[in-house]
Amino acid sequence: MANVSIRDIKKSFGPVSIIKGVDVDIEDGEFVILVGPSGCGKSTLLRMIAGLEDITSGEIRIGPRVVNDVPPKDRDIAMVFQSYALYPHMTVAENMAFSLKLKGVPQAEQKKRVSDAATSLGLTPLLDRYPRQLSGGQRQRVAMGRAIVRDPQVFLFDEPLSNLDAKLRVAMRAEIKELHQRLKTTTIYVTHDQIEAMTMADKIVVMHDGVVEQIGAPLELYDRPANRFVAGFIGSPSMNFIDGHLDAGGLALPSGTVLPLQVRPALSSDNKLTYGIRPEHLELAAPGTAGAIPATVSVVEPTGADTTLIAKTEGGSVTAVLRERFHLKPGEAVALKPAIHKAHLFDSAGIRVSSN
Amino acid sequence: MIDWLSPQEWMAVHLSLKVALTAMAASLVPGIVVALLLERGRFWGRQALDVIVHLPLVLPPVVVGYFLLLWFGKRGPIGALLNEYFGIVFSFRWTGAALACAIMGFPLLVRAIRLSIEAVDRKLEDAAGTLGANRVWVFLVVTLPLILPGIIAGMVLSFAKAMGEFGATITFVSNIPGETQTLPTAIYTFTQVPGGEGGALRLTVVSIVISVAALWVSEWMARRVRRRFLA
Ligand SMILES: Nc1ncnc2c1ncn2[C@@H]1O[C@H](COP(=O)(O)OP(=O)(O)OP(=O)(O)O)[C@@H](O)[C@H]1O
Ligand SMILES: [Mg+2]
Repeated sequence: MANVSIRDIKKSFGPVSIIKGVDVDIEDGEFVILVGPSGCGKSTLLRMIAGLEDITSGEIRIGPRVVNDVPPKDRDIAMVFQSYALYPHMTVAENMAFSLKLKGVPQAEQKKRVSDAATSLGLTPLLDRYPRQLSGGQRQRVAMGRAIVRDPQVFLFDEPLSNLDAKLRVAMRAEIKELHQRLKTTTIYVTHDQIEAMTMADKIVVMHDGVVEQIGAPLELYDRPANRFVAGFIGSPSMNFIDGHLDAGGLALPSGTVLPLQVRPALSSDNKLTYGIRPEHLELAAPGTAGAIPATVSVVEPTGADTTLIAKTEGGSVTAVLRERFHLKPGEAVALKPAIHKAHLFDSAGIRVSSN
Repeated sequence: MIDWLSPQEWMAVHLSLKVALTAMAASLVPGIVVALLLERGRFWGRQALDVIVHLPLVLPPVVVGYFLLLWFGKRGPIGALLNEYFGIVFSFRWTGAALACAIMGFPLLVRAIRLSIEAVDRKLEDAAGTLGANRVWVFLVVTLPLILPGIIAGMVLSFAKAMGEFGATITFVSNIPGETQTLPTAIYTFTQVPGGEGGALRLTVVSIVISVAALWVSEWMARRVRRRFLA
């Protein structure tokens, strides 16, 4: 086990700058998730940690050692790929024993370690099969097994669950988390799925366009997003954003509706602000209620547990997740009342300016 | 069966097989290396190497043969060196025929191997690196098994090309029965002499049989490899 420190890492492919200066500190034994939209450079960063991609500038340490120029084989890591990268010409057992064979571990010990890992992953009956004879979920387990058997300082996962169906993904999520609690190996996990990030991580690194937007514990990012990007990325359905300007009673929308604020930010020249409220922090109110956003129902989606309401407002489409079941019809006039202490304000640069 | 072919015809068949197998075997390792260099290498002169390797495919075979004669002949710059230091002589020997065949078949061999290297999922090699394999091991344990079908295909093409090579061979090493007279040159010779039709026909049949057999063996090997190794 080891800590990993990433210092001002940059990466360009030719003239194109992909990673634009990233700093992350990962504690020994921590489960860190790199999350961000497609193309933001998560895989590239992970591959640089693995040694599969040259580092344009900056420094990566694994434990006390700077690994910039250390080849992948000597970094003492194991990586699990989205496509699993199992060897088609080797059986499950051979795939899993791959790293041990390279190390020259005696046959008997290889066998034992493979069978231990296979037992913990439920792969024992499949050891003699070839990858082509396995289902996607089983292949995914073999890929994890191969990494576990190596017993590395750091696990690197690149979207290991994105080729699985929704149900299996949920099950594997729990299993990977459980595995980490048992092995306590430092883990860096890449995903573009914020739910995966929220449910599994000790610490989330939100990336966007090659920079880190925010680093923090899952609930910290949810409760106190640093900026509009993080606020919109973390949480599902996404946070609603409504533009307005600061006025005596609170945040005024163009039509004159005023949303009260718990904390009034000290403000700049134009007083233009964006009001952010999560769907789960909106309540249904009678039309005309003070401090509520006037809205017209467009879509009602009952999920059983709750009701998702999508409504048109002067600030655009707003989503609300309501606990109770309401009988709402499209076109009906309603009002949505924000929980005042849950609202966020963002300035015109997208930085959050008030705390709740 | 033995009497079916005359001694001269037997010699041609035997020599052709020897030349073709030698050419194929000798070009195998260089073929893999060049294919790897062209597909994966990032070095100055890669384009030039690509062109040189492919030249025999586009040049008239006679030109290639003449070039070999100039460079690898007894008094040619390379031929003289090889003769002096290693005692290897190409001109008017079966070894020369094998060299000509190897060079003519080389682009085909390289192309087939290159295609299979291109098809290898780089993640498989990356994974091996992260699991502790150095580059040589990655190649031997991961890449090589995955490109085996391409190598087999390339070997068959190289062998078939060698069995049929005419222009470069006859130009470089002539058409000496028992030394450099291969199947194609023997067939050609038979067609040039009165009463040679029988020999020409018999050798044609032999050619067809060998070619079909080569194809069949390669198919069989490729299928075995695929079944054993690949999804
Ligand atoms: N070898 C390469 N050459 C040039 N550009 C590349 C290369 N690899 C990646 N890129 C570019 O770098 C950017 C980041 O790619 P990366 O694979 O890291 O994204 P990602 O965050 O992992 O996205 P995804 O969620 O889709 O996997 C992309 O715009 C991609 O086109
Ligand atoms: Mg990626």
